[in-house]
Amino acid sequence: MTTGAVTPHRSPLTPERDSFWYLVHAEWTKFRTVRGWVIAAGVTILAITALAFPFCAISGGCAVSSGAGGTPSAASCPPAPPTGPGGEPVVDAFYLLHQPLTGNGTITVQLTSLTGQVAIGPGSNGQPQMGSGLQPWSKAGIIIKENTSQGSAYAAMMATGSNGVRMQWDYVNDRPGLPGSVSASAPRWLRLVRDGDTITGYDSADGTHWTLVDTVRLAGLTDPKQAGTVQAGLFTAAPTNGNAATTTGVFQHIGLSWAATGWTATNVGGTGQNGVGQPGTFSQSGGVLTVTGGSGDIAPLIGGAGVISVQRALLGTFFGLIPLIVAAAMFITGEYRRGLIRVSLTAAPRRGRLLAAKAAVIAAVGFVAGVVAAVLALAVGTPVLRRTGIPVWPVSLFTEARMVVGTGALLALAGVLAMAIAIIVRRSAPAITAAIVVIFVPYLLTVGVGPQGDGHGSGGGGDWVLKVTPVAAMAVQQALPKFYQVTAAYVVAGGYYPLAPWAGLAVECAWAAAALALAFFLLRRRDA
Amino acid sequence: MSLAARGFPPPYPASRALRAPAVLKAEWTKFRTVAEPFWLLAGVVALTVAIGAAAGSAARCSSASCGLDPATVSFTGVYPAQAVAAVVGVLAVGNEYSTGMIKLSLTAMPRRLTWLFAKATVVTASVLAASALAVAGAALAGRLILPGHGFTPAHGYPSLATGADLRAAVGTVLYLTLIALLGLGVAAAVRNSAAAIGLVLGALYLFPITAAVISNPTIARHLDQIGPLPAGLDAQATTGVNSLPLTPWQGLGVVALWTAGALLLGAFVLKSRDA
Repeated sequence: MTTGAVTPHRSPLTPERDSFWYLVHAEWTKFRTVRGWVIAAGVTILAITALAFPFCAISGGCAVSSGAGGTPSAASCPPAPPTGPGGEPVVDAFYLLHQPLTGNGTITVQLTSLTGQVAIGPGSNGQPQMGSGLQPWSKAGIIIKENTSQGSAYAAMMATGSNGVRMQWDYVNDRPGLPGSVSASAPRWLRLVRDGDTITGYDSADGTHWTLVDTVRLAGLTDPKQAGTVQAGLFTAAPTNGNAATTTGVFQHIGLSWAATGWTATNVGGTGQNGVGQPGTFSQSGGVLTVTGGSGDIAPLIGGAGVISVQRALLGTFFGLIPLIVAAAMFITGEYRRGLIRVSLTAAPRRGRLLAAKAAVIAAVGFVAGVVAAVLALAVGTPVLRRTGIPVWPVSLFTEARMVVGTGALLALAGVLAMAIAIIVRRSAPAITAAIVVIFVPYLLTVGVGPQGDGHGSGGGGDWVLKVTPVAAMAVQQALPKFYQVTAAYVVAGGYYPLAPWAGLAVECAWAAAALALAFFLLRRRDA
Repeated sequence: MSLAARGFPPPYPASRALRAPAVLKAEWTKFRTVAEPFWLLAGVVALTVAIGAAAGSAARCSSASCGLDPATVSFTGVYPAQAVAAVVGVLAVGNEYSTGMIKLSLTAMPRRLTWLFAKATVVTASVLAASALAVAGAALAGRLILPGHGFTPAHGYPSLATGADLRAAVGTVLYLTLIALLGLGVAAAVRNSAAAIGLVLGALYLFPITAAVISNPTIARHLDQIGPLPAGLDAQATTGVNSLPLTPWQGLGVVALWTAGALLLGAFVLKSRDA
């Protein structure tokens, strides 16, 4: 018998066992076989979905309840605002001097003065004290509009209080023209040219040298019902933000390419709930028309409580974050508490790869949970919102997709952040606390100090907090657009975030990446 | 042969071991001989003072109607610090379960409620002391910083040491202590540190966030009355007290109810389940 050298057995390291995906699979098995973590991921989905209903149902000041026979008994509800050509709720209340224009035509005016009255302080008898002044978006100019009913298509060239000459059309669109304000020494010439359903706007400082502002196509203008006839004329409007205001424009050198038929004065929208604050007036002497319009605007209805955002359906995200953060932290601290980390690192000695595999699993869990929850929440919440009686701002399919995918990414990054913190501190309760505090407290302090906050916040908070902390990622859920041409309270409580959607997500991504980098450094440097 | 004759030490008299002071001493020894509680309490102090000083430095009161409450500004640090205080309470019980120490503790002290009472007393005393230090530091920072930022008699802030300011300071100390005890009660009820801290922080932060984002003032006001954070921090208000959803002491009473509920639930679970 010979006693040769015994070769110790080595289990072969096959390529597939050495692969990254094998590691991911192992980590996924760890995650899915711990009941508590799977329950936590389920609670994340359930919280966001289930809370969509109450958050949407209580958001209205005026719920449309179904009365007998299924007819809505909405006696207390204000009349619904008009909707524009794109289906969005609009303000369409202004003073219009108009005459019919059949076929193609051109209207040209010289605007020599733009003045107005605004509320400058509390007056007597509940009427504010008025003084001369202009709002930034007080406007006077020329307009071609499908008809005089609210929400119809239009294009207009106008001078504004402090935003120069603008061309605006169909409520949501705005193009800048000549800068500077209007005066007798610096008049503004405005021109609109209609060619079928196409309208081109020009402006000029001297009436000879014209600059093209934009050419737009308006779908409503060739409506066969009105045989190509539209209304063309002069208008003024004074956006109010809740206070009374008027705007006066002085027009001369009015040039019409068609046979003039005399001006008809119309307060578009009437003087009711969605109409002008007070009827307009005009006077004519020689070739000069002075037009004064009361409170009103031609603009998208945005900001404040007038319109509601489908983002409300996703307000449960904060509730869903907590169980996800707990599960993500325990995914790491469980390894340390049980000593499993030593087995894991023995099996996968390349620590960076183990970290990447764990991060991939948590990110995937968070992403899937977020996407599923957001789809369900929007499906549950949107119909509920439509029954509140407050107009819902319409969102495109693309925006909805961004909200859904963004919610998934938001949760995925929060999970990775919590996991990285857990590697850094290696204890569950402190890790979970750090992750929740760094996400929740900046948001809480910011909304607390806002005009609609709960009053507990301290001073000095502001937008910068929502630009630099992980909660900036909430911007990815924003469903309301911001309009440069509308002065409104664009605040967090109203569904506006200071960063663009993907920029906000990038901030959270930077936090997760920084925490992951520190975790990687410490995981390599420290003994397990 | 008796045990003594064999050379064993005489059994420790049960009557002495089971007395509350002995348990209290044992729990205090456990608490002070690990490093973690000390660092957490130091964190409570550091966060309260540092964030309070930062908020004070950022606050500007330029007119008589700036609407800022100097006490709330000085004590802004309580927003993150209460989470750390909650961790102290959660870990006092949660660590017993995660390490298996609970079995030893309950063997040594079979009267479970006395044991829980001793734990709660140690947490109360330590958090009370730490938050008193924290609030004193934050108030001092506020007194040094705020008058230079417009919080002057001309703007309606005659002095930053009125009776209301004292009540705000005492209320904040009590609030932090109650939150630590809330954490202890929840941890005793769910017996898992991670789940407990998730529940406590959810209860603290989700009420005010929800109240701020729903556009329904009636429900928001109710949420501010029910939630432990908004109700408890009513105790910090020194200006506009009449417009608060609750009076300062009522607010602390709401927190006390949350804490009492959690402790009762924790005591029930401790008594009725095997460790």
